[in-house]
Amino acid sequence: MAQTIPAEQKWWSGGKSPFNLEYGKVMIWYFLMSDSFTFGALLISYGTIRFASNGWPDPNEVFQSFPGLGDGLPLLFVSLMTFILIMSSVTMVLAVHAGKNMDRKNVIKYLIWTIIGGLAFLSCQALEWTHLYHEGAWWGINPFLNADGTPANANFTNFFFTITGFHGFHVFSGVVLNIIMLIMTINGVFDRRGHYLMIEKGGLYWHFVDLVWVFVFTMFYLL
Amino acid sequence: MAHTTTAHAEHGGTKEIWKVFWILLVLTIVELGFGFLMMDWPEQSLKRHIVKGIIIILMLAKAFYIIAYFMHLKPEIKTFVMTVAIPMLLFIWFILAFLMDGNAFRNLKNEYDPYHKEVTTTPIDKEKAIHEHGKDAVKPGELE
Repeated sequence: MAQTIPAEQKWWSGGKSPFNLEYGKVMIWYFLMSDSFTFGALLISYGTIRFASNGWPDPNEVFQSFPGLGDGLPLLFVSLMTFILIMSSVTMVLAVHAGKNMDRKNVIKYLIWTIIGGLAFLSCQALEWTHLYHEGAWWGINPFLNADGTPANANFTNFFFTITGFHGFHVFSGVVLNIIMLIMTINGVFDRRGHYLMIEKGGLYWHFVDLVWVFVFTMFYLL
Repeated sequence: MAHTTTAHAEHGGTKEIWKVFWILLVLTIVELGFGFLMMDWPEQSLKRHIVKGIIIILMLAKAFYIIAYFMHLKPEIKTFVMTVAIPMLLFIWFILAFLMDGNAFRNLKNEYDPYHKEVTTTPIDKEKAIHEHGKDAVKPGELE
């Protein structure tokens, strides 16, 4: 699992970073760890309320529209959103890889693709939210019945809009960070520094956003 | 900083990146396949629970691939991996405790509040409900 370390190497006797990682990278990991507890708290409270309810709306009835194609198409639009986010995660990791090779041209290329992916995802989310709003769903209002035809309350929409909104806000922050990093790359800041560690840290954040979507997508649209 | 960049040079080539991409894509398609498969199955049926369990396992597999390869945690020093991974174990307690609590709350409420049970388990007419509980009507949360 870990990289091979010579048995006699003294990592903890000073003069060397015991984690063999730069300070900022260690800290972004711990930030992401704390952020995962925030998302965990939101998703687990969603699970708790769902377990405490006698009925719950069927996601295939709620999320069944595709812009331009109409209704009756469950899972299709969210599949597209998931694919966009996975794709942008791949272009981000390619940008990180290019950064490790000090390959400025490719870093710029892949960062632009990642930004486009992030914006495409946010646009899809905006479309979905607008559509649901026009169906009468919003915080505090739930027009959908439970899967078994019993009356539902607003728990479903409250959790849906809060959690996907919080995730969308993370995506938005990630896009802003990527744009800042793109400008810095174009200006040659990282070449002057002699390393592209900033891209690696931004990349970690971006992958985390993708990671959270894996959970949000599964829990809201599939289960 | 040179040591951090050179130490990982042999890991995370573009070939590995695309391999992980295909794994993630296949896992997602399989998840969606299960989603379509169980679409018409009755809620709370055993086969539906089993498929949901499989979907959760696939979800965790995707999370592993993203963390290990895209976020590059796998080749890091094990001590560091543990400082991130061990606090995550709290989630085991967190999920078990809260889901069991929700379940117990539902059972207690159904047992001691017959009115709640009747209201939440009696199907209602959909058209009428949308009319009554739509955007301009009372908030559905007030039903309870």
